[in-house]
Order: sequence, then C-alpha cells, then structure tokens
Amino acid sequence: MSRTYTKKDYMSDQIIRWCPGCGDYSILSQAQTVFSELQIPTENLVVISGIGCSSRFPYYVNSYGFHTIHGRAATIATGLKMSRPELSVWMVTGDGDALSIGGNHTAHVLRRNVDLQILLFNNRIYGLTKGQYSPTSEQGKKTKSTPFGSLDHPFNPAAFALGCDATFVARTVDIFTKDQRDVMHAAYAHKGASFVEIYQNCNIFNDGAWDALTEKVTREERVLMLKHGEPMIFAGGRKGIRLNGLRPEVVELGEGGLGPDDCLKHDETDPYLAAIIARMDFPEFPVPMGVIHRRERPTYEVLANEQIEAVQARSGKGTLQKLLLGGETWKVD
Amino acid sequence: MHSESSKPLHTIDSVVIRFAGDSGDGMQIVGSQFTNTSALFGNDLATFPDFPAEIRAPAGTLAGVSGFQLHFAAHDIYTPGDQPEVLIAMNPAALRVNIKDLKKGGLVIVNQEKFIPREFEKAGITVNPLEDGSLEGYNVVKIDLQKSTKEAVEGLGLGTKEIDRCKNFYALGMTYWLYHRPMEATERWIQEKFKQPYQEANIRALRAGYHLAETLEVFHERFEVPAAKLEAGTYRNIMGNQATAIGLVAAAEKAGLRVFYGSYPITPASDILHYLAGMKSYGVYTFQAEDEIAAIGSAIGASYGGSLGVTATSGPGMALKTEAMGLAIMTELPLVIVNVQRGGPSTGLPTKTEQADLFQAIYGRNGEAPLAVISASTPADCFHMAFEAVRIATRYMCPVILLTDGYLANGSEPWKVPDPDSLPDLSVAFHTAKEGWRPYNRDAATLARAWVRPGTPGLEHRIGGIEKEDGTGNVSYDPDNHEKMVKIRQAKIDGIEVPDLEVTGDPGELLVVGWGSTYGSIRAAVELARSRGYKVAQAHIRYLNPLPKNTEAVLKSFKTVICPEMNLGQLATVLRAKTLVDVQTVSKVKGKAFTVAEIFAAIQAKQ
Repeated sequence: MSRTYTKKDYMSDQIIRWCPGCGDYSILSQAQTVFSELQIPTENLVVISGIGCSSRFPYYVNSYGFHTIHGRAATIATGLKMSRPELSVWMVTGDGDALSIGGNHTAHVLRRNVDLQILLFNNRIYGLTKGQYSPTSEQGKKTKSTPFGSLDHPFNPAAFALGCDATFVARTVDIFTKDQRDVMHAAYAHKGASFVEIYQNCNIFNDGAWDALTEKVTREERVLMLKHGEPMIFAGGRKGIRLNGLRPEVVELGEGGLGPDDCLKHDETDPYLAAIIARMDFPEFPVPMGVIHRRERPTYEVLANEQIEAVQARSGKGTLQKLLLGGETWKVD
Repeated sequence: MHSESSKPLHTIDSVVIRFAGDSGDGMQIVGSQFTNTSALFGNDLATFPDFPAEIRAPAGTLAGVSGFQLHFAAHDIYTPGDQPEVLIAMNPAALRVNIKDLKKGGLVIVNQEKFIPREFEKAGITVNPLEDGSLEGYNVVKIDLQKSTKEAVEGLGLGTKEIDRCKNFYALGMTYWLYHRPMEATERWIQEKFKQPYQEANIRALRAGYHLAETLEVFHERFEVPAAKLEAGTYRNIMGNQATAIGLVAAAEKAGLRVFYGSYPITPASDILHYLAGMKSYGVYTFQAEDEIAAIGSAIGASYGGSLGVTATSGPGMALKTEAMGLAIMTELPLVIVNVQRGGPSTGLPTKTEQADLFQAIYGRNGEAPLAVISASTPADCFHMAFEAVRIATRYMCPVILLTDGYLANGSEPWKVPDPDSLPDLSVAFHTAKEGWRPYNRDAATLARAWVRPGTPGLEHRIGGIEKEDGTGNVSYDPDNHEKMVKIRQAKIDGIEVPDLEVTGDPGELLVVGWGSTYGSIRAAVELARSRGYKVAQAHIRYLNPLPKNTEAVLKSFKTVICPEMNLGQLATVLRAKTLVDVQTVSKVKGKAFTVAEIFAAIQAKQ
C-alpha cells in the first residue's frame, strides 16, 4: 500500500537557521511543494549539498540528506547516483560552492550528465563567511574583502553550464514561486544533470542584488519568460527579441510594425540558440527565465551500469574462484 | 622447446639478473617474461622494476634508462637481491647506470653496436667502457644485437625500426639458454600479444638468441636453478597493485558489497585502476574522476549508498584527499584509501619508492581525526591487507588507509592462492529496523554506528561534516558534546581489534622493527645475522593505527630496538611516543629499497 505524501512530510524537525527574510526560505518551500506534487517517497529522496548558507538545505528536508564539504557535493552525488540509480538525488549549492571552490566538479558532473537536479542558489555574495564577493559578483563590487572594488569578471552560470555541455539549463528567481516550481518539475522530469540557477536574495550581505530585475514594477521590462516554441516577447507584448545576424536585439512590437512572428522563437533543444540567449543580460536585454536549454543524452549512471551488465552478460558474473585463479597458475605438490 | 646442449649444466641455488636499456627497449617486457617463465618453472622469486618518470626520455641518455631486476631461487627468498650477478645492458647509458651494482666477477651482456662515439656522448662518457679497462674483473659478452636480430627475422619484410623492437627478445633468448629456461610460456605470450608478422619475428628473435648462446664460445657453461620447495598449493605470480585490486574485490564479495572505485591516475597507483576497470564482471564500478578530490568524494557517496567505497592514490593525491577523509571520519562511513607511496614531498620522485607518508596517514588531517592505518609487507601481502582494510572499514564504520609503496606495487612474487572458502566471512547487514534507532547510536562492542542505506523507509536522516550530537546525529555546537564525540571517535579507532605483533628470532637482545616493504630486506638480513651467530629478532608492524596491543611489551623485552625506514624515522617517532622505548632509526631516503647488506650492517653495528 503506497502512502500519500503532503508537503509537511518533507519538513524535518530541525529549526531553520537561515536569517529572517532570506531567499532560501522560499526555495525550500517551493522544493517541498514540488516533492509532494511529485510524490517522491521520502526514503528515496536524497538531498546532497556542499558548504554555504544554501547547503544547510538538507537539514530542513525530511529525507535522506548529506551536508558534505565545500564544493564537493557533485562528487558525492555522482558516486551515490552511479551506484544507486533508483534514488532521486537533488544537489543544493551556491555561487561560491558550485562556481568557485567546486567549479571543476560542476563542469564535470554536467558534461557526464549524471541524472541529478542541481539547484544553484545565486546571491552574488559569500554569506556564510559574512560578506566577501563571489564569482558571480559584479566587477567593482565593494565588499569586506574588496574595499576598493573587486577586480574579477563575474561568471554567467547558465553560459558556464552550457559551455560544459549541460543537457538541461534553467533559470528562475526565489520570489517567482510558481515559475520556480515549474522549473523544478521540468528539472525532475529531465533525465540527466539538470542545472537550475536560482536568483536568490541575501538580505544581510547583498540585499536587493536582483531587485533591478525582479521588482514588480520593473519585472515585465527586464525579464523574459521563456516558453518552448513561442516567440520571445516581453514588456506585456510591447517588446520582443529578434536575431540580427548572430546577435539578438530588442525590438518594439505593434502599430503596423513588427509582430510576434518577427521575433525569435524559443527552441529548448537548440544548443546554438541557448548559447545566444544565455548571454543576454540586463541592462541591454531582459534576462531570460525558465528552461533555456534541454536535450536528451544518455545519463552517466545508466551508461555505467549498462556497461557492467553487458560485460556480465557476455562473460558471466565473476566468481571468487575465478578472481583468485586468474592469470597463469602452477601447482606445487 | 629445449634443445640439447653440449655444454655442461651446473645446478646453482639462486641468481639475480638485471635487464637494462632505454625506456623504449622493452626491458620491462623481457623482465616480466623471464619472471613468468621462472614462476611456472617453480622457482621462488622476487622482482623489482625500476623505470624513469619520463615516458621516453631522449634515447641513449642516462635519464631514459629502465631496468628490471629478478631474483629467482631454489629456496625461499625475500627480496629482489642486493646485487645482480648478470647484467644485460642495451646501450652505454644502461651500462653506466647499472655497472656499479653488478657483483664483482659478474656477467655483462652488452649490445656492442651501441658502443659508438654518438652514444657515448648521450651517456656522458668520452671513452669506450668496453676498451678502457673499466670492465676488468667482469665477464663481458659483446653481441651485435641489431645485426643478429636482423638476420633472424630476414624475409619477414620488417623495417629497421620494427627489427629494433624485436631485439629485446633476442637478448631474452640468450638468457633463457644460459639459465636453461623453457621458451614455451613466452612463445605463448607472444602469440597472444602480437599480430603477424611481428609474432613470427619475435619468436624467431627469441629462438635465435637461444641458439646463438649455445654456439658462443664465451658461454662455456650454463646454469639451472631448480624449483623451490614451496608449500603445497596453487600459485600465481602477482604484483603488489594487482594483489591490492584482487584483495579489494575478494573482500567485497565476502562482504556482499559492490566495489566502487573512484580514482584519478597517478604513478605508481594507476595500475590498481587499470586492474579494477577490467573487473566489471564482478560488478565493480570504476570511476576515473576529474581529480583526486572527486575520486574520494565519489567513493564516499558510494559508501553512503551502501557500496564499498574505495580510492587509491599516491602522496600528492593523499594531500588533496585529506579534507574528504575528515568527512568520512565525521560521518562514520566505511572507506578504503590506498596510498601507494612514492618519493616526496610535492611531486618528488614519482617512480621511486619511499615510506615517508606515515605521519601523513596517521596525523595529517585537521582536527582530532583518527582513522585506521595498516600496511602491506610484500607484493602478495597487499592482497591480505586490502582484505583487512575492508574488514576494518565495514566492521568499525571508519576510513582505513592502506599504505603500500612503489616497491611493492611494481614488485612481484609467487603467491599461494587462498582457498575462497578459507577467506573470512565479512557479511555486512544494513540496518533497517526503526525501533530504537538513531543515526549515531553505537554498537557497544565496536562503537560503530549502524550503516543505513538511503531508500530504507522510516530511517530518513541527515548526516554531514558539522559536529554531531551524540546519538541523534543532529548538528550540535555544544562544547561538552564536542569533547565527548572527539573521545568517542578516538576510542572507536583505538578499540579496533588487530592481531598481536609477532616476533621471530632470538629474544631479549636486538630487535629490528619495521613496517611495509622493508619486510623482505629485514627478514633476509636477520636470517643472515642469525646464521652468523648474532642474537637478533624481527618484528614487523602491519597495523600502524591502532598498534597491536602487545607492541609496548614486545619492544620493552629487548635491550636494543632499531627501526630501518625509508624516511627520517617516522615509525620510530610514533613508537617512542606510544611506548617510551628508545627506538633507534636506521634511515634511507634515496627512493630505493634497503639492501640486505645495509640492514645487516646496521645489525652488526649494534653488536
């Protein structure tokens, strides 16, 4: 008899220790809602994180959870998923965890296409170490470690993921609750490494980092909600994205001029298109949200297990006797 | 194929032979062929390959010299031999590097075509060593290898370079004649390994070398080393890394677990990955990770999932894995970490052996981070200690470091294959019962927490690197709890049951204590010393953390304790700290194993 799970079933008994007002609360809540909508049995759900504020996430989910070490969640998740492919493994990480100390592992887990849901909370700051700039902080940012402004050019996480040949790249915002859940559903449905960048507000050390995009009054103008197969239009239908050669451009729509049909159509499966739109950034462009790219490619854990099964089917399962007596042997009487 | 010879055949007890040439000359191949043939013949043997870190250093240079030493005997032997009695030198550089090791009066077979000014220059010499009297006192045999090989393979349409690649078999054939070895096993190997016409060419070269030796006047006699009287049983020749791989898989079978091996290629550990990657029929997962950290991380993830997580590396890789070992200690998951030690620090001497990672293994982590440390003593012992590593890791839910080294990894010896049923049962029972369970409840005897696999209903829980509350495993910053947990983790490791330290030899006077690959040299030196009337004993420590319970009593029962180590005295320091016995270091840190003579001299010095 299978039981039914409610959102509450995914809440652990631990007191949540994020700062009041932190964007992480919303993400936790959306994820718990999605888990219940998907009816993932709590025993088959594993949340694996690295280090940072976001990485406290597993403690608050009533499932199996592993709060690992800085930057290494992808490695532990890879070992687990390869050897236990039936589990639903979600990885929670942050901009520093995934793109700075763990950048190498992020690159490789994406190219290998291990079937994980990777939620990257991007707040453009180091929160847990109390306010140093992160690899996604804007250049020139003044922080505790950069009193005269940071010198580093920031990463664009989605472009990074596409550069790693990720098979699923999406972007959403902590306060866009419905869109966030939609993206999580899509990430779960995708077989392979699903990379989800979530713009998240750190109200203590980098408050308002995303306000320019996400404030209700400006949102329409500055965010482009992507829908597969539909033209890229925003600002309530008044503006669209058109391709001029290989470069996108913002065009005004309506009044005898251009219409939606003149705009670029979103095709999630096209890696070339993904490369173009992932780079669109405020203020020149609206920032694309939703599923930027999604395509099928065999997953790593399936390939690994199939290879073992193929060898066993061909040459039989190994026995201890065979193992010990392999190679040339001789007898001494 | 044995041709009858007109020359007298003498029976001798043992021989040490060394093949030396350019790293592209195929010396490792002929060395392992001679080894295989001698093993099948029934000799006891020990081998040691010695090759440069460069894959193909410029041909003819000292940096490019690759060697393979084999000691085969009609009795039990423990080392590849201090000094070769026979040296095959394919060029002047190989001669120059190796001649100083050759026993006085020994036999040198040289490829004289290479003894020309151009080659001398590459070897950094100005005069021909075949003519300057420097080989006086040795028995020198000069062969035109290239020319002879060319004649042997004539008609097969091979180019100069291809002919050049067969000449190692020509040299091997000569040594087969000299030591009355059958050629069948090597011919079988050539047939399996090479396509035509190379198969035919190599076999012809091998046979031609054999026959040439028969006709050469300088070879007026030949030798035979009879089979050794080994314990009855089935044997195979085994290299250390291979034994480690087999031991891990055998133990996992006995535990009912699958091996998950996460690894990043590094000399001299990579062969473990190569062996395990071929063992898919045993359900072994091998994962060539993006780096050393990912290698151990993936193994921890697999252990968390209920597999046997294993990673192996060498010194620099150990340094990178350190933080993750702490995680495995904190989360109390089973994990086997093999360190095939090499010369350090930093990149150090990648292809040379050393024992200088003992401190790193026992102490090298942040915080109070105890784990089990064990070591293998001989190439075949790698099997048993890998098996032990799995036993300890799964029984005590802790990481175990198995220390081997380059000397063991690449060395080989005959291994008496154990009966599968005689291997201890290591069955693991995953915990599934909800009643009374908490993530950090412990077994009263072992202090191990239960192994709960994700997927087990009702036992959902969280673990991580932050300090755990006793019992619940919840995050805790409580000062008293931290101290308590530190002490529990230490007590768990201290309480690991390990066999007592065994002593062989004479009680009371002089003890030679060692660990790891020095076993053979120490044993041979102690036996030699005792045969000459010295009162001396040997104790070899295989379990380094925790130490065997009787360690202190054993050390204190001797007037003098010396400890030969390929480091500046790491075990001696540990023993002094733990037992307050004045253990005296005999140190060698040259990237080379101790010779028997060196340890014998250390014993003599204490008389």
